[in-house]
Amino acid sequence: MLKLKMALGFAATLTAGVALATVAQARDLTVVSWGGAYQDAQKKVYFEPFKKAAGVPMNDESWDGGIGVLRAKVQGGAATWDVVQVESEELAVGCDEGLFEKIDYTKIGGEAAYLPPSVNPCGIGAIVYDFVLGYDKDKLKDAPKGWADFFDTKKFPGKRSLRQGPKTTLEIALIADGVPPADVYKVLATDEGVDRAFKKLDTIKGDLVWWKAGAQPPQLLASGEVAMTSVYNGRIDTANKNEKKNFGMVWDGALYTLDSWVILKGSPNKDAAYKFLDFAGKAENQSKLSENIAYGTSNKGAAALIQPAVLKDLPTAPDNMKNAVEINVAFWLENIDRLTERFNKWAAK
Amino acid sequence: MTEAFLTSADAPTDVPLKRRLKRAERARQVKALALVLPLLAFLLFTFLGPIAGMLWHAVDDWEVRKVLPLTVAALASWDGKDLPDEKAYAALADDVLAARAAGTLAIAAKRLNYAVNGFRTILTGTARNLKAPPEPGTAKETLGKINPAWRDRATWAAIKGASGPVTGFYLLAALDLTRNVDGAIVAAPPDQAIYRDIFVRTFTIGLSVTVLCLILGFPVAYLLATLPAGRSNLLMIFVLLPFWTSLLVRTCAWIVLLQTNGVVNDSLRFLGIIDAPMRLIYNRFGVYVAMTHVLLPFMILPLYSSMKAISPAYMRAAASLGAPPLTAFLRIYLPQTLPGIAAGSLLVFILALGYYITPALVGGGADQMMSYFIALYTTETANWGLASALGALLLAATLLLAVVYGKLVQGQQVTGGMKN
Repeated sequence: MLKLKMALGFAATLTAGVALATVAQARDLTVVSWGGAYQDAQKKVYFEPFKKAAGVPMNDESWDGGIGVLRAKVQGGAATWDVVQVESEELAVGCDEGLFEKIDYTKIGGEAAYLPPSVNPCGIGAIVYDFVLGYDKDKLKDAPKGWADFFDTKKFPGKRSLRQGPKTTLEIALIADGVPPADVYKVLATDEGVDRAFKKLDTIKGDLVWWKAGAQPPQLLASGEVAMTSVYNGRIDTANKNEKKNFGMVWDGALYTLDSWVILKGSPNKDAAYKFLDFAGKAENQSKLSENIAYGTSNKGAAALIQPAVLKDLPTAPDNMKNAVEINVAFWLENIDRLTERFNKWAAK
Repeated sequence: MTEAFLTSADAPTDVPLKRRLKRAERARQVKALALVLPLLAFLLFTFLGPIAGMLWHAVDDWEVRKVLPLTVAALASWDGKDLPDEKAYAALADDVLAARAAGTLAIAAKRLNYAVNGFRTILTGTARNLKAPPEPGTAKETLGKINPAWRDRATWAAIKGASGPVTGFYLLAALDLTRNVDGAIVAAPPDQAIYRDIFVRTFTIGLSVTVLCLILGFPVAYLLATLPAGRSNLLMIFVLLPFWTSLLVRTCAWIVLLQTNGVVNDSLRFLGIIDAPMRLIYNRFGVYVAMTHVLLPFMILPLYSSMKAISPAYMRAAASLGAPPLTAFLRIYLPQTLPGIAAGSLLVFILALGYYITPALVGGGADQMMSYFIALYTTETANWGLASALGALLLAATLLLAVVYGKLVQGQQVTGGMKN
């Protein structure tokens, strides 16, 4: 009988141990961003200086996005993250679903300090970046002018690469087909517009390679696999600076979007989180980020502190904004599932 | 008589021995159970629980019930033949106003948008334009003015269809089916009917990779099993080395080898075998090559262990009895390796069904497998209902195949044809 009791006791201890191990521990502030060259730049100008300046211990992790990930984190009740950088759709949906804390702007310098599009009840804009047309100057004799050239495989032979899925792909197809960037979503909202986009994609279907992660397009260009690709502007810049590549990009007809910092609901480190957001929101810190990686930032005062040579290659430079279109969050929230199905139907044909 | 005989003399009670034996047996079983309890608990938490959760998500329909409770109640008695009555409209107006104040409208909008594309706009637009509850008796008119969709039976059918508490909506969608406005099950519109094809694609890739692994793995396993220990151990390292390398590294290595200006194309061009580079990657060929390479060890190891157990004396005996090598192989050797073939094939096939990263990196648009879509709906668009339904169907199909396969393999006696 004693043996049985011991065995039961042993079992109970083990089970309790397993259960206890999953209980959230008190932990340091955890900031989550997109990894790669971008997070390296953030480490340099935000994370490390913040640790020194504020004396707050923090660690940083990286993720690949997805509202489902945040939903699981928050609703699972054991969120190990505090501050996360999210894309605009994640911001909208997470805000609707109550996954984020409402931002108290008095703690981060007040709303007036930031550019209006970056101010959101659930998050504060971190960067502005573009999907641009990227190409290798060493391989193409004459430079492409815009998305119309992207679809012209006679004049510019070689394969092309776009992001897998309907988002950005359909907009690019319409701009290439002559739709003014400002009207893209008006056209895409109609069935004829969607048909038109797929028809345009049909013209280069055999030459298309699909990329899934932001690191792939520069690799596809570098290996000569494709002649042109859609790519995040910062990646082109980084490849040119750090890997001595000679890549070019076209700002005309670029698609831009914002990423924002959010604080996950129920974060135990809210005070530290606000301290960090305040630090990362200051003009002088943001200007340093832009000098390390070619992204625009949200503080109104940042642009004035950036050298003109750097400024002209940023998404927020007036010339680069001229013919760019903001990716329409509301449109994609409504249509992403349907158009994803349609896109895959088309891709499988 | 026997009873008396069986009762032990020194027993304090007159409990028959049989019963005491049973008791001791039961105590032993309880002890054994207590020892595996941690493992059971672990499995329950990490495996069975999440799977049950997934299955529940596939039929759970909570959003509209939670956000628009009055409307759901008002529509309970609606026959769906004509537009609902004034009561339902008034209930909807109240629900929308309350949900807007609570900030929960988007949750219902998301769910209804799956059923009727554009419902998100209908609901948010209605909430924006509805300043106050409409005067009694005017709700129908007011809502119809705000958005003509409220004069459409399909809009209300969508709400009724999403009233929960459980729904077949996602499971039907995963089979390319949908319910029309009258509630009858019909085929989904052609632009949205992709999932059957993806199931077929997933099983085709899984089966092809299994066959390729078997063809390539069988001779390797045979070699390993028949070589002297020293050399076979060396070869075994070569089999295991890629096995210990990260999946991602192996997949990316294939990109380097197979791309347009990759090692393979450049070598073939250098040798003058081809003029223009061949397309070896970002298509089905690339998927087969990379997946076969990654899964090969899972085929070789079970085959090797079953071949190790076969005594070479059998083949010698067959030869001495006059069987030609092929006959001896087919009738003596092959049947004895069947358990290994069965285990290896099942392992490779089921692992292949769940592949996601490899096809995503080396496949084209037409080579994405079911896991890709499950991941897409889980993380990116957060359509957990559809993701769970696809997962549930994949699980069901896999279990079914495993059962059928098990029956087939069991039917094969290891004597394999020697008796007839």
